[in-house]
Amino acid sequence: MSPFRLLTVIKKEFLHIRRDPIYLTLLLILPSFILILYGYALNFDVKHLPLAVVDYDQSQYSRQVVEKVTASEYFDLKYNLKDSREIDPLLNLDLIRLAIVIPVDFSRTILAGRTPEIQIIIDGSNSSSASTGLGYLNAILQQYTIGLNLSFMERAGLSGESLPLENRSRVWYNPELKSSKFLVPGLMAFILMIIIVLATSLSIVREKEKGTMEQLLLSPLRPPELILGKIIPYLILSLIGAHLVLLTGWLLFGVAIKGNYFLLLLILLLFLFCGLSQGLLISAVANSQQVAFMMAGLSTLLPTFVLSGFVFPIQNMPHLIQLVTYIIPARYFLVGLRSIILKGVGIKAFYADVLFLMSYALIMSLISWRRLSQSLSR
Amino acid sequence: MLIVKNLNKSFGPFKAVSNFNLTIGREEFICLVGPDGAGKSTTLRILAGLEKPDSGEIELFGKKVVTFTSGLRTRIGYLPQNFSLYGDLTVEENLKFFAGLYGQHSPEELIKSLLEFTRLGPFKDRQADQLSGGMKQKLSLACTLVHQPELILLDEPTTGVDPVSRRDFWQILFSLQREGKSILMTTPYLDEAERATRVALMNQGQLLAFDTPEKLIASLPGKVLELVSPESRVIYQHLKTDRAFLDVQLRGDRVDFLVSKEYQEEILKKSLVDKNLSWEDLAEISPSLENVFIYLLKKENPGRENGDINGIGSHS
Repeated sequence: MSPFRLLTVIKKEFLHIRRDPIYLTLLLILPSFILILYGYALNFDVKHLPLAVVDYDQSQYSRQVVEKVTASEYFDLKYNLKDSREIDPLLNLDLIRLAIVIPVDFSRTILAGRTPEIQIIIDGSNSSSASTGLGYLNAILQQYTIGLNLSFMERAGLSGESLPLENRSRVWYNPELKSSKFLVPGLMAFILMIIIVLATSLSIVREKEKGTMEQLLLSPLRPPELILGKIIPYLILSLIGAHLVLLTGWLLFGVAIKGNYFLLLLILLLFLFCGLSQGLLISAVANSQQVAFMMAGLSTLLPTFVLSGFVFPIQNMPHLIQLVTYIIPARYFLVGLRSIILKGVGIKAFYADVLFLMSYALIMSLISWRRLSQSLSR
Repeated sequence: MLIVKNLNKSFGPFKAVSNFNLTIGREEFICLVGPDGAGKSTTLRILAGLEKPDSGEIELFGKKVVTFTSGLRTRIGYLPQNFSLYGDLTVEENLKFFAGLYGQHSPEELIKSLLEFTRLGPFKDRQADQLSGGMKQKLSLACTLVHQPELILLDEPTTGVDPVSRRDFWQILFSLQREGKSILMTTPYLDEAERATRVALMNQGQLLAFDTPEKLIASLPGKVLELVSPESRVIYQHLKTDRAFLDVQLRGDRVDFLVSKEYQEEILKKSLVDKNLSWEDLAEISPSLENVFIYLLKKENPGRENGDINGIGSHS
């Protein structure tokens, strides 16, 4: 291993990157750009659902129900209908997402001391927003019922009595339940993985494709010098890219690092090593940039998006799929990242994930290193 | 400098190199000539250490080669047929990179002299992709010279290069030879090979002849005749079908052909008169390497028809 030759390769790699502004943009700016794009577009918050109400009762009670529902920011009253048959076309045209139908005997049933019924019609074509909206609606109606009960009990002379149980929920780490806070760490893992696997594999395969690899192998340059010379520039650039993502997340989405920065740097480096190794492994197998591009895309895009717990919680997946997630490095990185950035907890809370990530990075780099050295020295 | 004994290399059932022998001395400039697919490139790749021979012995710089160590590699400069430069790097950056690979810590002086030598100085800040074919080839050569090798192996460096650049290229090679370097170069052009100190003729993996151009030409057991006639085309067709005439070539109003030393020109004259064909002149001309090569090929494969040896010949 000659440090001089290693430096020569690193210098050359930086020259390539500098000559190609698109490539530099891809490495540095694109991650932040994707974060901005996804951060605003990928929004799981359910707010301002358009609502229609059919109030056949037109009583004090029915008006109270509608008032309670529309007072929240989750539902916007768009239509006051006379007939429930009008709901169907509105739902079809996507003008409303849900409708409430209050029957004629609503107030009479309440006053009679029986349980009234309300019909709720919801557009289930987007199951995620439908179930969230339904949850909010149920909670509002429940609260109204409790209030109603209390006032009846008071009237019946049972005043002073309180409810046996009252729940006061408080959300920690992300009190407003903003999805951007939850998404920023996930997007960071997602974007970094794609960029680093793509950049490392392409930079090596390009030399194979153009025939310059043969000249390198003819020279006294040894495979370790070549591999390190390829890794180091991209490691530096993706570290810068990662910090730009963190900065963007903080400036635009208010996601500040609550925990230890150096701990973050540690898991970031481990994660980047996993990506680098995957890139090296691809470049050992692929002989054209096209093939490398496909392999890098397939092996990072879907797995880090779907199987890392980025969007879909891992514990909700079928058991077999859950097993697959163990080989996705983003899974461990995400746990660590969310713990540090959002919770601000120490390594004790997620040391198992760090260990997993560490061994993963170690094993992967060993395998890829050996494979690539073999394929280079023939 | 380099001794090759009984070199063999096959790719599956295809024998690329068979029982190949060659010696190169100090300051020798050797041209390895043969048609496409003769095994020239494979031979060169073996000598550069890129390909392992099936059998045979290679002696380099007075020592038998077991493996091509990096120490050995730094003494050889190999210019592959399609040397790939880094197109997005400038001429100077390319040179600097290759100098760095070979551990040249301060290559500024060396690069300056190489730029001067190849007359690429004015273009040193131009990206390699923006160079003409001839300049690219010169830069490739400069990159393989950056570690100052003693033995230079060149694989068809002048193929596809314009005549002016090719002349330039040869001037560079001659001055390298004067500096004391040994050069082994492959080429499909026989007229080019006549400038080398020794010429190796190769076909189907085998060495047909290896000697100085003069001796090779002298060894030709025949003579070359040239017939000048306004009806050269008809005469050419006529001669081509006759086994007595080897290597019949039509050159405008002239027809060149090779006949045995004992051949009586009167026989041809008589047959032309019989066929009512006229001619202005019939005389013996000095043979070229091309004639030698075609003769040797015919000797190897007597069944071959005239004029079906493709991929070989003069280009000027």
